[in-house]
Amino acid sequence: MEWQAPAVVLDVRPHGESGAVVTLLTEAHGRHAGLAKGGASRAQAPLWQPGNLVEARWVARLADQLGALSGELVHPAAALAMEDPLALSVLRAATSLAEGALPEREAHPRIFHGLVALIATLARGAEAALPDLVRWEADLLADLGYGLDLARCAVTGTQDELAFVSPRTGRAVSERAAGEWRDRLLPLPAFLLGQGPSGPADWLAGLRLTGHFLARDVFGLQHRPLPAAREMLADRLAALVAPPADPG
Amino acid sequence: MTDLPNDPIERLIALLARTPGMGRRSARRAVLKMLMRPQETMLPLAEALTEAARAVRPCETCGNLDAQSPCGICRDPQRDRHLVCVVEGVADLWALERAHAHRGLYHVLGGVLSPLAGIGPEDLAVGPLLTRIAAGGVEEVIIALPATVDGTATAHYLTDRLRPAGIAVTRLAQGVPLGGALDVLDEGTLAAALRARRPA
Repeated sequence: MEWQAPAVVLDVRPHGESGAVVTLLTEAHGRHAGLAKGGASRAQAPLWQPGNLVEARWVARLADQLGALSGELVHPAAALAMEDPLALSVLRAATSLAEGALPEREAHPRIFHGLVALIATLARGAEAALPDLVRWEADLLADLGYGLDLARCAVTGTQDELAFVSPRTGRAVSERAAGEWRDRLLPLPAFLLGQGPSGPADWLAGLRLTGHFLARDVFGLQHRPLPAAREMLADRLAALVAPPADPG
Repeated sequence: MTDLPNDPIERLIALLARTPGMGRRSARRAVLKMLMRPQETMLPLAEALTEAARAVRPCETCGNLDAQSPCGICRDPQRDRHLVCVVEGVADLWALERAHAHRGLYHVLGGVLSPLAGIGPEDLAVGPLLTRIAAGGVEEVIIALPATVDGTATAHYLTDRLRPAGIAVTRLAQGVPLGGALDVLDEGTLAAALRARRPA
């Protein structure tokens, strides 16, 4: 058994003295793990960093074996994101979500291409990538069967003034129909509907929206919390939106 | 210690083979060599192992391993007490000591944040570091953590936590290693080196 494909590194766990069990996301093979001999060595450690885009080669005698991985670096996304705390948070959140949410060896080409596009956008800065991350999370929910319905208001059927999402059904609710329930609904940022520019408050609202459904429907069903990296991104963004008051 | 052979030689080989850098073949060679002159090599080694196991413990101040607590570095009056270097583990502390480049104190974090491995701030010596800084006297914290995604994320986290203390927080530079040719460097290191370029 053998394949070679572009892949995004999702996770690296040390194995033995210098080996590593690497988890990748590929277009055709989905989330796929393999043993990288010498993967934690000085020569290979820079290659197998979460977020890096690599050309990976997997070989095994039988299809259900862990198999051996080797690879070449295509885009050093991890190294490029390291200096910017927000960019690194975005990268870690996306890779840990894909690692935790996607079933093993099941193709999700839309999620793979979305993650590659997100990594490419990250080169322009975290601010450019954050709306893409929220949209990618919404796609992740949809691919796993828990898609949000943002096409029209669940109450009135209108396509105008959509401003909230029901935390129970994941369907959009218009400003007018929200009425007295607005405090119990999740705010729907306009950029998720493709309307207008967005800022940190909108990205945070988007992360809270997708985070609610990821936590309940994806990770909740696995009896696990949202990945800590995803929570740390939301915390970092929340600190940006509302900086702590100056004690002086 | 389960699954160990009863035969003393095989037992010794099995135990040695569990140590880093030592496979069964190397362990067998080492044991054979020691068995040739047990009085000169085996008994002193056994004594040294027993003594180290009995006496060595983590320093209550910095987490370094030493026979005394506080450790020799923390007790050294020649050390610059305004400078604390945060490292992932004792191996990194030893590496910096071998370089003779840091004359301040250390703080061993005991790992780096790793969400996928379930290592959070509460699993690391972050609290003791903050307590140490709050006690006063430290003017600069040098974060010397691995240049990996988890190591850098931990550095960002520590920077955020240390910023309110009003001290200088610095990090090790990244770039071309001494004697390193550019054409053999990985793309990530090259990119980091270019970003961190400085006036010639």
